[in-house]
Amino acid sequence: MSTATQTVMPEKHYLNEFFGIRSWLLTKDHKRIAILYLLTISFFFFLGGLFASLIRLELLTPAGDLFQSDTYNKLFTMHGVNMIFFFLIPSVPAVLGNFLVPIMVGARDLAFPKINLLSWYIFIAGAAFALTALLYGGVDTGWTFYTPLSSGYLRTPVIVMGVGILIAGFASIFTGLNFIVTVHRMRAPGMTWGRLPLFVWANYAASLIMVLGTPVLAITLILLVLERGFHIGIFDPKLGGDPVLFQHMFWFYSHPAVYIMILPGMGVISEIITCFSRKRVFGYTFIAFSSIAIAVFGFVVWAHHMFVAGISTYSAMVFSLLSYAVAIPSAVKVFNWIATMYKGSVSYDTPMLYAFGFIGLFTIGGLTGLFLAALGLDVHIHDTYFVIAHFHYVMVGGMVMAYLGGLHFWWPKITGRIYPEFWAKLAALITFIGFNLTFFPQFILGYLGMPRRYHSYPEEFQVLNVLSSAGASILAVGFILPLIYLLWSLRYGEIAGPNPWSAKGLEWTTSSPPPTHNFDVIPVVTEGPYNYGDDEEAAGVH
Amino acid sequence: MQPKLPLFPEQASTIAGQVDSLYIFLVLITAFFSLLIGALILFFAVKYKRKPGRPAEQIHGSTLLEIVWTSIPLGISMVIFVWAAAIFYHMQRPPANAMEIYGVGKQWMWKFEHQGGQREINSLHVPTGRPVKVTLISQDVIHDFFVPAFRVKQDVLPNRYTYTWFEATKPGTYHLFCSQYCGTKHSAMIGDVVVMTPEDYEAWLASGKAEGSLASSGEKLFQQLGCATCHRGDSGARGPNLPGLYGRSVRLTDDRTVVADDNYIRESILLPNAKIVSGFQPIMPTFQGVVKEDDLVQLIAYIKSLPPEDAGPLNNRTSPGMIRDSEVTNIQKQMRQENQDKAASKPSGKQP
Repeated sequence: MSTATQTVMPEKHYLNEFFGIRSWLLTKDHKRIAILYLLTISFFFFLGGLFASLIRLELLTPAGDLFQSDTYNKLFTMHGVNMIFFFLIPSVPAVLGNFLVPIMVGARDLAFPKINLLSWYIFIAGAAFALTALLYGGVDTGWTFYTPLSSGYLRTPVIVMGVGILIAGFASIFTGLNFIVTVHRMRAPGMTWGRLPLFVWANYAASLIMVLGTPVLAITLILLVLERGFHIGIFDPKLGGDPVLFQHMFWFYSHPAVYIMILPGMGVISEIITCFSRKRVFGYTFIAFSSIAIAVFGFVVWAHHMFVAGISTYSAMVFSLLSYAVAIPSAVKVFNWIATMYKGSVSYDTPMLYAFGFIGLFTIGGLTGLFLAALGLDVHIHDTYFVIAHFHYVMVGGMVMAYLGGLHFWWPKITGRIYPEFWAKLAALITFIGFNLTFFPQFILGYLGMPRRYHSYPEEFQVLNVLSSAGASILAVGFILPLIYLLWSLRYGEIAGPNPWSAKGLEWTTSSPPPTHNFDVIPVVTEGPYNYGDDEEAAGVH
Repeated sequence: MQPKLPLFPEQASTIAGQVDSLYIFLVLITAFFSLLIGALILFFAVKYKRKPGRPAEQIHGSTLLEIVWTSIPLGISMVIFVWAAAIFYHMQRPPANAMEIYGVGKQWMWKFEHQGGQREINSLHVPTGRPVKVTLISQDVIHDFFVPAFRVKQDVLPNRYTYTWFEATKPGTYHLFCSQYCGTKHSAMIGDVVVMTPEDYEAWLASGKAEGSLASSGEKLFQQLGCATCHRGDSGARGPNLPGLYGRSVRLTDDRTVVADDNYIRESILLPNAKIVSGFQPIMPTFQGVVKEDDLVQLIAYIKSLPPEDAGPLNNRTSPGMIRDSEVTNIQKQMRQENQDKAASKPSGKQP
């Protein structure tokens, strides 16, 4: 499909310059570290997916007949913990961000290459603890670890899991720190803030949250471990603590963490929409600053997870109001993406299909967030399947779609080869259909009143649960297909050339795969990030 | 069996209709914007499909449009906010004439106690046409009282009372779910809310095997536990005078003022030294582990029932602050001994 002039692999690039396991495990190259992260989080994605499949299998029938209650509780806990802490949070930043942020700002590496490698090792250490907890039977706290259940009642290896997440959190702090310093200090000559690609802005905003929010998670987990391990009363009323305090501390991190997950995905979409519309982005400044606005407002909405937890009426009102404030910047982004397509020259390549899917599903995910921020309505739908459906629309329909879109978009850059377009489009379509079939029924289930984390349920909920489980089996196909054809393309894929999409952005000016030091000569930037249409090629590509 | 596919939960409370109206409004907004955005994507994707010889037209943006599509969502969301906050405010304020029921959650069951002393497990009988306030407490972890047909939900905490209220409108049997994950049998911590006509409800109450009202059981406990030794109201009393206490502002030794509500009384029984009423000494022993949540509910009901016309000053002592430190230790020792004796003779501290 590529008509680029250079269709042979570059002789020397970051993948073949050094060989052997040592050259990977001791690498300081941000691109290789991105690959290490890619392998690690893919493992956790499929592991988390396996747990999800077992959950959906159990929920085919109203009775809890496939697993014991404790096993089921472990399944949803391990699904949540895996997906959130070991897949979603590192997904775009640690893989695509690691690979692209330095190249996009025109740098040879991140500001602290050794810290970058260290972050991966810390992540692996955290993952080792999490897997140890899993091997010892898994934990059944739910990913939210609510006290005093987690600190005083359950007999599973909660401390091991808590320590694992605590350690993995530092990986995320280091990545965030690296991005912030890199964006401030390592931009190429001429790469002003106003010329930064929106992907970089989004990762920058997410990095602010990682650096400022993750320490609070660390504190919370340490307090949890102190209470569980040493009976120091902080959250358990039996020891003189307050269980609602835990929820405040937990959500002070875990709500902003939602934006750690989604912001970089939004950055991916901005890149894809402009490229496949051959257009400058509509409202660059508004998209860039909406990312920062989300990062800032995201810190003051945590108690919207606690409207029925026993907080005062008036504080609930304040948090509801602020939650609406954080919804606006997301809406602004969606409108700007659509306006970017207006009078564009739109093509339907796979990344663009994922971007379409993202916008549609994220819109539904975002709008259903308005239901949950609405106080009187949240009372009914809080802790039901409505919440499950809402955040899966944002996290899977939004974030995973963006991640897959980004992975396809930059796959030629990362590997030097093109994935098979037909299979990729098919997978995108299957994912979209399977996703909606899985999660749309859950909105209805939630409004009907089916609580989350239920191992068995009343019979009238069965039809919708069966639909959801059927959807999940389709969704699984949509996720397994890319695993197969992307691996296949490593050997058999068409050679990509440096810029198969005729895209703008510094990453497309270097060879694919890029050389270890990214650029032979540090580029001098003289134009904005999406300067499509200033040359004749835009008219006649493909 | 014909598979059922319901789309809406039953409406069985006065608030349910209000919540559903807001829900439908939001569903319409969501449908409108999702369809609008979906249609725009499709329309632009088809209309501006890449064609040779037709390059994209470069447009940088429009501040006017940005203002428009910032303010419209902001306006709509403010409407939702106010509407939803109004419903919530209503939900959070039980009417003064509400009938009170106490609920205790524990792993993995619900216990309810009616004012008349009727108790039930995993079921809750309520009449139509009368506001019901449910005061909730947990014996262990956090649970959640959720009745979808009423559209009410409230977390049940182990360290303080929380409340919810509803007015049932339609006789029938509805689900009661625990919707806060609480361990192994979370999904089995369910029950039935049985809504009856007022006549049926009265009949049901009368058929119950109550051994006296909550307040009278509380009075028995009050005597058994020896509370009356100190809470007497005469000039030699070592503890505050209780009639008329409920709902009143109390000044503490550290000059703070608190309202003597259910939570205050519960805390003062379990952790007596947390808030000492001005003019008294921290001499009361803790009843943590001695008095169970069900008993606390009865004790509070008793204190509530004490006729306010008997209300005197909290402190009738002629010479406050005259208990010497050595005496305090003796009193505590004596009371602890009494409690132990009682616990030994009647392990549950409750009527058989």
